[in-house]
Amino acid sequence: MSDTLIKVENVSKKFCRTLKRSLWYGVRDLTAELTRQRNAENRELRSGEFWAVRDISFEVKRGQCLGLIGPNGSGKTTLLRMLNGLIKPDTGRITMRGRVGALIALGAGFNPILTGRENVYIAGAVLGLSTEEIDKKYAEIVEFSELAEFMETPVQNYSSGMQVRLGFAVAAQMEPDILLLDEILAVGDARFMVKCINVIRRMQRSGVAIIIVSHNMTNILRFCDIGIYVKNGALMKSGPILDVSSMYMQDIEVTVAGHEQNVHDGSGLVMGPASFLDSMGNSVDRVLPDQPVRIDVPYRLDADMQEIQVTIGIGINDYDGVYYQSMLEPGLFQGGRKGESGVLSIAIDELLAASGSLIVGVSVWSHPEGELLAWSRDNEIKVQQVSRNNGRVELKPQWKIDHGKQEEVHGHVS
Amino acid sequence: MKTTIYTPDSSLRDLSQIPGKIVSDIKAARELAWQLALRDIRAQYRQTLLGFLWAVFPALANTAIWLFIQSAGIVSVQDTALPYAVYVFSGTILWSAFSDAVNAPIEKTVAAKPMLAKINFPHEAIIISGIYQTAFNTVIKAAILIVAAVLLGITPDWSIVFLPLALLSLIFAGTTIGLALTPVGLLYTDISKALPLVMQFFMYLTPVVFTIPADGLAKIVFLANPVTPLITVARDVLTGYPPELLGLFFSVNLYMLLVIGVMWVVYRAAMPILIERMSA
Repeated sequence: MSDTLIKVENVSKKFCRTLKRSLWYGVRDLTAELTRQRNAENRELRSGEFWAVRDISFEVKRGQCLGLIGPNGSGKTTLLRMLNGLIKPDTGRITMRGRVGALIALGAGFNPILTGRENVYIAGAVLGLSTEEIDKKYAEIVEFSELAEFMETPVQNYSSGMQVRLGFAVAAQMEPDILLLDEILAVGDARFMVKCINVIRRMQRSGVAIIIVSHNMTNILRFCDIGIYVKNGALMKSGPILDVSSMYMQDIEVTVAGHEQNVHDGSGLVMGPASFLDSMGNSVDRVLPDQPVRIDVPYRLDADMQEIQVTIGIGINDYDGVYYQSMLEPGLFQGGRKGESGVLSIAIDELLAASGSLIVGVSVWSHPEGELLAWSRDNEIKVQQVSRNNGRVELKPQWKIDHGKQEEVHGHVS
Repeated sequence: MKTTIYTPDSSLRDLSQIPGKIVSDIKAARELAWQLALRDIRAQYRQTLLGFLWAVFPALANTAIWLFIQSAGIVSVQDTALPYAVYVFSGTILWSAFSDAVNAPIEKTVAAKPMLAKINFPHEAIIISGIYQTAFNTVIKAAILIVAAVLLGITPDWSIVFLPLALLSLIFAGTTIGLALTPVGLLYTDISKALPLVMQFFMYLTPVVFTIPADGLAKIVFLANPVTPLITVARDVLTGYPPELLGLFFSVNLYMLLVIGVMWVVYRAAMPILIERMSA
């Protein structure tokens, strides 16, 4: 227990969907709070309310980093706000041991018309730093932000990236025991990101307990050892980060609504939904990045077709929109009589892709006219995560070190 | 190591701990309150050419209007012992100290919403910074008021040393009323919309441009108004007249001291609930 800095026990929070009701419940809660009636017995939902967070428990020990993951609106931020003491839980109990630092609203309290220098003092005071402490650390803050020549400029003339940099530079001076981070590493340019990462690393090494909320799995896997996955306010899984993140990735179901899955130009070729097969020829809905996979697309001819040159297009992309492959080599389609059918097979030796889910589209184009004849869209296949590498591809590189070999090192030290 | 526990229980459950918490939070809030006040004071006139002169322009305008109304005979105000210009100008300035203080708690808390929604800091800092800012503006106004009074032939005597105390009482009473309105005012904006109207009406029931009526219902209303003794005493010590209503002045202060204590506790307990409703 002495090592546990954050302890969350059966914590829930309810929210209200409509403004008028929410305000009225606010008045009622206020009355209950002031008449000392408010307590944990209050587990009933009132009309129009829902559980934004429901019965969540977890612990974070000194030096541990917990990744809080889940889709938008799943209650991650609400949970973080309760941990930060901004709002009270409706049930349960939260115990926080030590000073809490939150990298959530960078540059909170900034007044746009005041200069960068003036705002450093305000942001510092908001984070609980005294004027003396800021005086002492001012040079360091300016250096970290790389904004030395803009310190006398009003913050309203800063770019949004510069404002965040200044805010982070101040926040980096905190010396917390517990650090809460909400989607913070997405800001700034690459150079600045390196600094942010190193600040968090340094805190991690010194034994700070950290909670990170992020949709960016790369960052989650970079820092976290444990994780919890919340969905609709409820805890879906907790444990080692790899287990939690792979469950989350498999769970993301995005259905592309509003268009037909299989389209064609009316010239006769119609394709059905694709199926995926492993090396044994068994149909699968999940593949490993280093295993062969075959994509079978059944087709049927609704009209007689001549023998023609075609190009097969295969579009593999993930939900972030990254494209893996597009056109294949042109070839011959022998055609046939109306009513006949067949299967178009595409074999891939190793998928290499390491994203959680892939969307595969197979299309047939006339060659060389380049007209789309038929298209089997939005076939989804899940890719099992096999390693901590959360890159988009599994390149399976080899490495070695030639110690003593002379070669000039080019690099930027930041 | 400091351990903080958050539960659904009312924060007022154990009343014995509250005074200690208030004191330690006010200590923790001092630095932030100062920085926030500095920020707001610097920012308020930075984009103006006339700067701090804007602190007195509204009072000057009000004085000009009432001098005109009086001299044109549209409304006839009872004779004042002071020159009417001094009476109205001092009244308006003293009233503005009070009314700024009434507005500050809601105004500052609303302005701090983005911070409140995301950062945990001692919320008292917001109220204290409002008091600092009102006090700062009042000092400027009072300085100009003294100069104006002297120019208009009033010679203050030794009793002017009590002016700071009288001004503080006005700010203190205003803060108390403003703080009482803040919790509900943060939920429903009706409060901030109604406040200017009410304050306008309130002003005419206070000896700002009118004198205390000699008799009738109006006299009772004027004397029942807690701001009446505060304004009267402040004006008297400024102009060297023997202070009237001194007894009332002290009882109002004592009463406000009790009320602000309660309101301070209410504000602290209310904030987490209000924050819940103010943001997503």
